[in-house]
Amino acid sequence: MTKHQYSRRFFLRSSVAFTALAALPAGVKAFYVDVENVVLPPKQTLPLKIKVNKREYEVLADSRTTLLDLLRENLGLTGSKKGCDHGQCGACTVHINGERVLSCLTLAAMVPGQEVTTIEGLAEGNELHPMQQAFIECDGFQCGYCTPGQIMAAVACVKEGRTGSVEEIKEFMSGNLCRCGAYNGIVQSIQKVAAQ
Amino acid sequence: MRPFAFQKMNNAAEALKDKKAEAQFIAGGTNLVDLMKKHIAQPEALLDVSSALPKDIAVSGRGLLIGVMARNTDLTLNKDILARYPLVARAVLAGASPQIRNMASVGGNLLQRTRCPYFYDVSTPCNKRKPNSGCGALHGAERMSAIVGYNAQCVTVHPSDLCVALAALDAEVKIMTREKKEKSISFRDFHKLPEATPWKDNTLPENALITHVYIPENPFHQHFAYLKLRDRTSYAFALVSVAAALHLENGKITAARLASGGVAHKPWRWYEAEEFLKGKAPSAEVFAGAAERVVKGIKPLAGNAFKVPMLKGAVETALENCITQESYKQ
Repeated sequence: MTKHQYSRRFFLRSSVAFTALAALPAGVKAFYVDVENVVLPPKQTLPLKIKVNKREYEVLADSRTTLLDLLRENLGLTGSKKGCDHGQCGACTVHINGERVLSCLTLAAMVPGQEVTTIEGLAEGNELHPMQQAFIECDGFQCGYCTPGQIMAAVACVKEGRTGSVEEIKEFMSGNLCRCGAYNGIVQSIQKVAAQ
Repeated sequence: MRPFAFQKMNNAAEALKDKKAEAQFIAGGTNLVDLMKKHIAQPEALLDVSSALPKDIAVSGRGLLIGVMARNTDLTLNKDILARYPLVARAVLAGASPQIRNMASVGGNLLQRTRCPYFYDVSTPCNKRKPNSGCGALHGAERMSAIVGYNAQCVTVHPSDLCVALAALDAEVKIMTREKKEKSISFRDFHKLPEATPWKDNTLPENALITHVYIPENPFHQHFAYLKLRDRTSYAFALVSVAAALHLENGKITAARLASGGVAHKPWRWYEAEEFLKGKAPSAEVFAGAAERVVKGIKPLAGNAFKVPMLKGAVETALENCITQESYKQ
């Protein structure tokens, strides 16, 4: 007869220990929440009325929400892209009151009363904006991730009249990075629209 | 990001009344929101002053009064600035990107924090981020650090281009205290050196707000230059930058201004070189003499000695640009 490897006592002891350990995480979590409420200020949810692409939205958002996250997560407008989320790449560029800004560094709470335009709001129905058309014709993109930001910046660049030379266009598009290196096509797109 | 309470302010008095030590003012947000995402700034409350403070740019007396909420882009388009203080517009255009210039306020530009990588990396010591924790940059990656005015507490540089121009033009910072007292701080005294308190960037008192920046009348609208040398052609902080301005009468320099960014904890004026230029006829030799006086006695850190010859060349070139370069299309 072979000797049993595990005794009945061992089985009971380990079962009790496992049960106690399984209960612990919930206790730790509850404790953490208690500590958090003491150490951290409470979260604040704000009712925001925001106008995007000529449409009014009413949303509830945490005070920490950036305009970029609000557009993408709350409004489902995922055209504006999150590249670096620190204002270094320009992928999140949108227009506020017609001027290009970085939506990743804009708090949604500061936007009510202003008009936001995103890449989704550029086309008129099925007719592409001239800059969108030019990007297609001039190969202004490869992977396309930076493109919504590039196009929003490019539209503003033309509107600002900073298209006098290739150097000037490059200088005034320097806030938008393109990892594929489609810069020449982007410059040509801008020149094409500026000439129209 | 740490949770915070958000409040929109209607005017300066209200903003000052509601300001507690744990609260911070927010204007353009280009610096503060980034620092909050990285857990470097952790305010318990944000007071939005973007529509509470003046933003107009207007001729005042013999100078120009710039509302603290004027956007950086406004400075590059305003007719009075372009006609009378074009150095300011030139400096602003050398910094950041068009998107950031559209968002960033003048006040925020003055109060922006350093871009030292050790300030941004919360796993390293930094006296500016955590008082008395040490300086990671000293004996670390010193390439971007200061060459003048630093100490063992902090070797970082002030990142602004606008402030270099404002320092060169002897601007004044108009502030309002909680007691509603209005005061004026000369630009040279506004930003400070690290001293024993490197966590303080400037001399703005607690519970005070900047309301305006004043630029006195000056004759530097004809011969001026802003030269910024950096790792990329655009959208990068300065390794060294030089704001230069000359006033010429009958072929002689009657007044000169020279200031630099990327070299110290504050925008740095080169008074000795300015004095040297006075009364002389502009020439390559005279400009080289001024550049000599700028770099004389500079003791760089072990990791950024390259900045000294770079600064010398930048001063010479900026001074030459003052008299040769056609104005950049504004």
